[in-house]
Amino acid sequence: MASLITCPHCGSRPKEEFSIRGEVRSRPEPAAPFETWYRYVYVRDNPKGRQKEYWHHVLGCRRWLVVERDTLTHEVYGVTDAAAYRASEVKEAAE
Amino acid sequence: MRYSALSIIRNAFSGNRDWQPAWREPEPKPHYDVIIVGGGGHGLSTAYYLAKEFGITNVAVLEKSYIGSGNVGRNTTIIRSNYVLEGNEPFYELSLKLWEGLEQDFNFNAMVSQRGIINLFHDDAGRDHYARRGNSMMIHGVEAALLSRDEVKALVPYLNYNHARFPVMGALYQKRAGTVRHDAVAWGYARGADMRGVDIIQNCEVTGIRRDATGKVTGVETSRGFIGCNKLALAAAGNTSTVGQMAGLELPIESHVLQAFVSEGLKPVIHHVLTYGGGHFYISQSDKGGLVFGASLDFFGSYAQHGNLATVEETIEEGVSLIPGLSRSRVLRSWGGVMDMSMDGSPIIDRTGIENLYLNCGWCYGGFKATPASGFCFAHLIAKGVSHEVSRFMRLDRFERGYAIDEAGKGPQPNLH
Ligand SMILES: Cc1cc2nc3c(=O)[nH]c(=O)nc-3n(C[C@H](O)[C@H](O)[C@H](O)COP(=O)(O)OP(=O)(O)OC[C@H]3O[C@@H](n4cnc5c(N)ncnc54)[C@H](O)[C@@H]3O)c2cc1C
Ligand SMILES: [Zn+2]
Repeated sequence: MASLITCPHCGSRPKEEFSIRGEVRSRPEPAAPFETWYRYVYVRDNPKGRQKEYWHHVLGCRRWLVVERDTLTHEVYGVTDAAAYRASEVKEAAE
Repeated sequence: MRYSALSIIRNAFSGNRDWQPAWREPEPKPHYDVIIVGGGGHGLSTAYYLAKEFGITNVAVLEKSYIGSGNVGRNTTIIRSNYVLEGNEPFYELSLKLWEGLEQDFNFNAMVSQRGIINLFHDDAGRDHYARRGNSMMIHGVEAALLSRDEVKALVPYLNYNHARFPVMGALYQKRAGTVRHDAVAWGYARGADMRGVDIIQNCEVTGIRRDATGKVTGVETSRGFIGCNKLALAAAGNTSTVGQMAGLELPIESHVLQAFVSEGLKPVIHHVLTYGGGHFYISQSDKGGLVFGASLDFFGSYAQHGNLATVEETIEEGVSLIPGLSRSRVLRSWGGVMDMSMDGSPIIDRTGIENLYLNCGWCYGGFKATPASGFCFAHLIAKGVSHEVSRFMRLDRFERGYAIDEAGKGPQPNLH
């Protein structure tokens, strides 16, 4: 169960301290075509299994985090600060 | 066999040994005119109305487990038609009218009980909101009443009327709302469909959707082999995305778990359906005496049919804060169901971009009350190729076109609807 989330800044914290935004989808450029924006805002992969999600540590450090979690077993695989996640994503894309 | 008082008496004399199973257990045929994926309330009612209203009887309902094992047998059984928006209210009112005649129509006792719903409010904004909702209902020809605090007190004296944070100020009341025995709804529709020739095939999981070179759907791969069809209709509720992916559909759906609870059996104490405006808590009492209640989603995406303890605690805290006497009753069971939460909190009954593929989903936690109208409108669409008048706003492409039906005004954030 995703009862405890290990925040990279605050340590192991109860899930109730967080608010959940949903699956990580990379935000399009402002001038991206309408179709791209539509899919970003409204379409979800909604996998049964592993998924990366945005969680906000509202009652803690107030940082946005990326939580990788299983939607069927609720097992948590890893938690990263969202800014660090984004930086590694950008770096990967550049390589 | 038609069920009647006479049939009960006749069978009693023969020691109840002559009752027949309510539906057959047929082997799948190689090909059907229509295959429906999902033997929940919506799949079964679709099959029933296809056969009964539209004369299409070469139909199979494929259910991966047993019928009623999904949300149709897990919900808290509330039916009502107290919506605001043009895209919703006429649809839910048709559904309520169908509920009112359902038991005679499908000859099954579904224990439809119009005990009334009392939606409490606790502040001025809440009153404005419910006044608007009631007005919208009346504009659509649906009776509604705004009750004062004293009128509420006369109906439900057992609430905490001295609540410091959420004082009861009044309520929106829909007298025709109520509850229905949910399993009986699945069974009644299954029996009615089966009697008219529909094959209900349990323990048959759809694992793939077969399409020809032009992209048209031609059948489904299942755990019991390939079954061909002309039209394929998806009614898989919480598993909609998983099934949709088999045809490459991209959907505006997230799956979330909602929990429900039932207490030990008590003497009749709660005579209505009650909802708490200070939280999401709602409650009614079953005919067996159990208090049936629930509140919010668990907030994280989930395909598990069970939830977590923090939500249990929150639900019961809300309940006791509204009805202090609840603290003396014991919870017997709790369970969860996987909801197909849509991006605006409203459902989809539509064709897809793929030929022969039809979609029914996005019921969130309000799809039980919709069961009759959903089946009726979906059958209408499948049979006639055009939307039924009351479901014409429930289109798949409405998000793209900017016509979301956002009853709660929450935006594209499914866990808030
Ligand atoms: C706790 C809870 C409380 C609720 N309370 C209310 C309420 O008070 N009022 C209200 O109006 N609504 C309520 N709802 C919502 C309502 O139950 C659902 O919206 C509605 O039941 C969904 O439609 P269905 O009955 O067809 O779904 P289901 O019964 O879930 O049917 C879908 C079926 O598809 C099957 N399936 C999935 N994938 C496959 C596959 N690959 N192959 C074959 N079969 C497959 C599943 O096994 C399932 O049986 C509640 C839901 C829950 C969970
Ligand atoms: Zn933190």
